[in-house]
Amino acid sequence: MASIPHGNDHAHDDHHDHHPSGLKRWLTSTNHKDIGTLYMWFSFIMFISGGVMAMTIRLELFQPGLQFVEPEFFNQMTTLHGLVMIFGAIMPAFVGFANWMIPLQIGAPDMAFARMNNLSFMLLPPAAVLLIGSLFVPGGAAAGGWTMYPPLSIQAGIGMDMMIFAVHIMGASSIMGSINIITTILNMRAPGMTMMKMPMFCWTWLITAFLLIASMPVLAGAITMLLTDRHFGTSFFNAAGGGDPVMFQHIFWFFGHPEVYIIALPAFGVISQVIPAFSRKKLFGYHSMVYATASIALLSFIVWAHHMYTTGIPAAGQLYFMYATMLIAVPTGVKVFNWLATMWRGSITLETPMLFALGFLFLFTLGGMTGLVLSLTPVDIHLHDTYYVVAHFHYVMVAGALFSAFAGVYYWLPKWTGHMYDERIGKIHFWTSLIFFNITFFPQHFLGLAGMPRRIPDYNMQFAEFNMMSSIGAFGFGLSQFIFLWAVLKCIRGGEKAPAKPWDGAEGLEWTIPSPAPYHTFETPPTVK
Amino acid sequence: MASATNHPYYFVPNPSYWPIITGIALLAMAAGAVGLMNDIDVIGIPLKYALYAGLAGLFYVFYGWFGQVIGESEAHKYNKKVDVSFRWSMSWFIFSEVMFFAAFFGALGYARLQSVPDLGSLDAKLLWPTFADAWPTAGPNAKEGFTAMGAMGIPAINTLLLLLSGVWLTISHHALLDGNRAKAIRWLALTIIFGFTFLGFQIYEYMHAYSHLNLKLTSGIFGSTFFLLTGFHGFHVTMGAIMLSVMLYRLIRGHFNKEQHFAFEAAAWYWHFVDVVWLLLFVLVYAI
Amino acid sequence: MTMKYWAMRASGVGGAVFSAMAAAKMEYDLQPQITEIGRMQQDLHVAIMWIISVIFVIVFGFMFYSLYAHRKSKGHKAATFHESTSVEIAWTVIPFLILLVMAWPATKAVLAMKDTSSPDLTIKVTGYQWKWGYDYIHDGFGYLSMLSTPLAQIEGREPRGENYLLEVDNPMVVPMNRKVRVLITANDVLHAWYVPALGVKQDAIPGFVRDAWFKAEKPGIYRGQCAELCGKEHGFMPTVVEVKTEAEYEKWVIAQKLKYGVVDKNAPAAATVAAPAAVASAATPVVSTAAVAAVPAAQNEALPAKLFFEVGKTDLPANTKAAVAAAVEFLKANANAKVALSGFVDKTGNADQNAELAKNRAKAVRETLKTAGVDEARIEMRKPEVLTGAVDNKEARRVEIIAVK
Ligand code: HEA
Ligand code: HEA
Ligand code: CUA
Ligand SMILES: [Cu+2]
Repeated sequence: MASIPHGNDHAHDDHHDHHPSGLKRWLTSTNHKDIGTLYMWFSFIMFISGGVMAMTIRLELFQPGLQFVEPEFFNQMTTLHGLVMIFGAIMPAFVGFANWMIPLQIGAPDMAFARMNNLSFMLLPPAAVLLIGSLFVPGGAAAGGWTMYPPLSIQAGIGMDMMIFAVHIMGASSIMGSINIITTILNMRAPGMTMMKMPMFCWTWLITAFLLIASMPVLAGAITMLLTDRHFGTSFFNAAGGGDPVMFQHIFWFFGHPEVYIIALPAFGVISQVIPAFSRKKLFGYHSMVYATASIALLSFIVWAHHMYTTGIPAAGQLYFMYATMLIAVPTGVKVFNWLATMWRGSITLETPMLFALGFLFLFTLGGMTGLVLSLTPVDIHLHDTYYVVAHFHYVMVAGALFSAFAGVYYWLPKWTGHMYDERIGKIHFWTSLIFFNITFFPQHFLGLAGMPRRIPDYNMQFAEFNMMSSIGAFGFGLSQFIFLWAVLKCIRGGEKAPAKPWDGAEGLEWTIPSPAPYHTFETPPTVK
Repeated sequence: MASATNHPYYFVPNPSYWPIITGIALLAMAAGAVGLMNDIDVIGIPLKYALYAGLAGLFYVFYGWFGQVIGESEAHKYNKKVDVSFRWSMSWFIFSEVMFFAAFFGALGYARLQSVPDLGSLDAKLLWPTFADAWPTAGPNAKEGFTAMGAMGIPAINTLLLLLSGVWLTISHHALLDGNRAKAIRWLALTIIFGFTFLGFQIYEYMHAYSHLNLKLTSGIFGSTFFLLTGFHGFHVTMGAIMLSVMLYRLIRGHFNKEQHFAFEAAAWYWHFVDVVWLLLFVLVYAI
Repeated sequence: MTMKYWAMRASGVGGAVFSAMAAAKMEYDLQPQITEIGRMQQDLHVAIMWIISVIFVIVFGFMFYSLYAHRKSKGHKAATFHESTSVEIAWTVIPFLILLVMAWPATKAVLAMKDTSSPDLTIKVTGYQWKWGYDYIHDGFGYLSMLSTPLAQIEGREPRGENYLLEVDNPMVVPMNRKVRVLITANDVLHAWYVPALGVKQDAIPGFVRDAWFKAEKPGIYRGQCAELCGKEHGFMPTVVEVKTEAEYEKWVIAQKLKYGVVDKNAPAAATVAAPAAVASAATPVVSTAAVAAVPAAQNEALPAKLFFEVGKTDLPANTKAAVAAAVEFLKANANAKVALSGFVDKTGNADQNAELAKNRAKAVRETLKTAGVDEARIEMRKPEVLTGAVDNKEARRVEIIAVK
């Protein structure tokens, strides 16, 4: 994609780099970069909170027996860990990327609705307060799993209501954020920036935003029914009144499966930026990448019941959902092969972003493969609700989405801060994360195969070794994230000055502006040839 | 301070306190709703008051924020490109609303095609020996009977009201496009009157359901789907009618002209959407 | 198998690191399957592990080769190609074909799994918070199956046994080589009945009946756990199935019938009498087989009798008369026997008040029995272990009159 560097036209309006300072800057911002930064820090705080919960889980599971926490509290930890990581850490992280990078990549002055953009963010802290605050109310937080299946979630107490409202608010935030992103991409591209010239990251976000708008309201509907069943005597999920607990699962997973691609697609987008940059070669198969992403998104709406093979859906249903689910391997495979072909006969260097991208590629594919194992109904009969599933989704979400977020942070940090991060620290972060990640989650496959159910605080001795291994890995992985924090803080505070384009293989408008990116960019649009 | 006016290319607003106020208001509402539903007192004060405070805050936001937007619009800060943004965003917002209703229609469909037949099936005789698959139903453990709401009568009248209101709205829009403001005002007013009449009938229908048909929110799956679907629809009609009322006010104040009246159109889109949902409701909830 | 290989390697490391721990055998693969279906599932798993392992090795073979050969530090210059329709079509079509190959055996397995027709034996399984109920619906008896691991082991005050958390007081017992159909439901929240060695995992859904089947080929005790989050003791409700040879099973059934006071109308008298071994060895004191055979079936049928109550009320229902008559008949026929009364309530409302209500309901029935001429000494008030519990609230509000011999 050729572009004419147009830079930032300051001439007409020199007061533009002035902005409210102090707290006011962050509380009232209408600047996509500031809001992106807010999203990123919020996400990191949530990552730590969810991580502390994960550490609690792994601590209790370190050995057989009940040592540290009560079973009920354990379930609260599992539930909140899932919700906080998905809705609090991973999704906001990628919305942060979207805020920072989409306007820069398409040459727009800001997001289409800058004030609403701030609102999308400002809804997250209240939701986090509700979610995490629920730990401290009588009865404690919701303990029915992040999937909040009734009737267990009907039995629960105040914490469940707080969780429901938290999810409502986060949903509203996501919908507004998505509308903003779609509108920005569709309407604010610089002249000459046609859809098929857009960086892949913008494409994946465009499609993700569509997924969000289509699926979040469905989740809102589901939890609204949960709320009325809990408090107003409706019978949606109660057989005695003609409803069905399984109905909730259908509605939930109609949201839930697209949700996992909401997590995955922006991650794919980041990878599609990083791999070409460090292979010094154009992304292979741009068009098929776009089509593959779109097909993944569409397929994701028709496969939901692969989470429900054991609910007793009829054979025809099981077969249909099995075939449809397996089909997703095809477009995902296309993406994987395209990335490999991009590297093929490139001129590869292994800076930290590239390392994380390669870690992503390898481990995400592994997670995808175990997904395929799970998609086969007869095999899933054994593996459903065991640690095999836990292993699967941490491969795709931690080694997948989280690693991709790390790759993105290292890749764009120079643009954000104006400094190069310390390559050595980055590499240590990568290798420790990679090793400890696998020590944590690889053994969980064996636990699942041997029949250890998920969401249990205690287990038989035959599971002891792998659990201990997994816990040790988890502590190591958690501690490794201090290195990440160190790398980022160090980079913010100083370091080698970053040029406008620190990566010689990188392409895109974001590299045509100085580093750090000025407060206002592309107030008059650049022209893209 | 940065002034937002001189971006010739695209309007980027100044920093604003409205978003964070909205966040706080919603937090208060959520806390209040939790308090209301669980009878919680904090230091002797019922927590439910937070709900009312939050609602008040939210209305304040609506008033202030939308007022500001109208002000910006009147100050001609929104150019063509901003207008296109508004169009895209309104379309996607309506799409999200469609998906919200889809969840409830899905629940209705699932109950009728899946769960109720299943509860009446042979295997389920083990648990519910006497339950037979039928619709409407309050489920196998129904404590008392009820009568379903017939489609003819009020629902049919309401269908007519909404459909006609859609027509009146279109006439009003065309009048606006022709630059005939007085006519536009008259037909818009009629639209709004029809909308509120619809709501009046809906309220009457609910009262009738409770007092004469014994059809309640607690009447099993039928009551649940009936009241949540029609209730959320009613809520959307209310929102739509309020939006149209604001448009009427702005029309009278002369905010709209032939070229620039997207707010009016957005409200109209919303109204048509509410209309279509009602048609689906009429067929799926009342008629079959 | 690749998975196994890695597991072996991992366990080697694990063995070294954790050698200090005396633990049960470390498991890393699906349990040996003892049903045909289970083996189909397992074979499918092995096959797909091979397929994906091969794909994985090939795909990442390319990646690592590229990382090795196409590095800038080795002076490799970037090529400029970025599209190739034929290659892209190839790697769309080939995975698709591979998927077809995988789908074929999977489809066969699904269809086999779902064929619950013509079972030899049907057992109703009910999930409760936090135990399983097994009802042998054609044999007229049923019982609860609860974790039997002592708390002391869980809290680490005692050494943990081999079957820690995987042991119950009363396992489900089934005959070998018979097609057993399980009708699975739940009483409160979702549970999942999961026995790995049988290849069965089926959610238990309150208010709905789901089924599954298995035909076990090897006697033994097979252990699994509830596999759907069901509250705080989700980790503490194992599913244990004991498979017996057919002959052993028959004996067991007879012993159970005696234990629960069920008389088999259809069984020839000889069979009933000719089960001394099982009866004698049974721990529970039972009346002689002859006495059981002597009880007229018609009378015994009414016990246990259930009287259902209105919400919050202790007023006796319409069928009281018949039930009381049945109890009187029974006591007349069995001079040494007693009847026990247990009151139950539904789940709604305050627990203490409910306990009181349950007691009062049982008392009301006792008064009626006394009025009908039953000696108070022969009425035992028995507080049930769980006060609530039935398929629905209506059935939960009851008093049961149970025969005690
Ligand atoms: C980022 C999130 C993410 C992603 C991308 C995926 C991707 C996939 N997932 Fe996963 N999944 C989750 C997150 C995710 N999942 C979560 C969170 C859960 C648990 C939820 C809960 O219960 O709490 C879950 C659970 C889950 C289940 C239910 C398990 C159970 O509870 O019993 C299943 C079953 O089918 C499944 C399947 C798949 C499949 C087939 C893919 C596919 O998209 C993968 C496709 C990718 C590949 C196959 C690799 C690359 C392809 C090639 C190299 C081509 C060649 C390959 C072949 C032809 C084999 N997933
Ligand atoms: C993207 C989402 C995401 C992420 C990033 C993670 C990250 C981790 N998760 Fe995951 N997890 C889920 C999503 C995620 N998880 C979901 C959806 C579930 C299902 C929930 C349910 O069943 O309902 C789940 C469930 C789940 C379980 C199963 C619980 C159960 O079934 O009972 C386990 C168990 O090991 C686990 C472990 C971990 C670990 C060790 C990490 C680690 O990667 C975390 C590492 C991060 C930190 C530790 C924080 C940063 C570091 C510090 C603050 C330094 C301090 C550290 C120390 C003191 C060591 N998770
Ligand atoms: Cu019962 Cu989990
Ligand atoms: Cu899925």
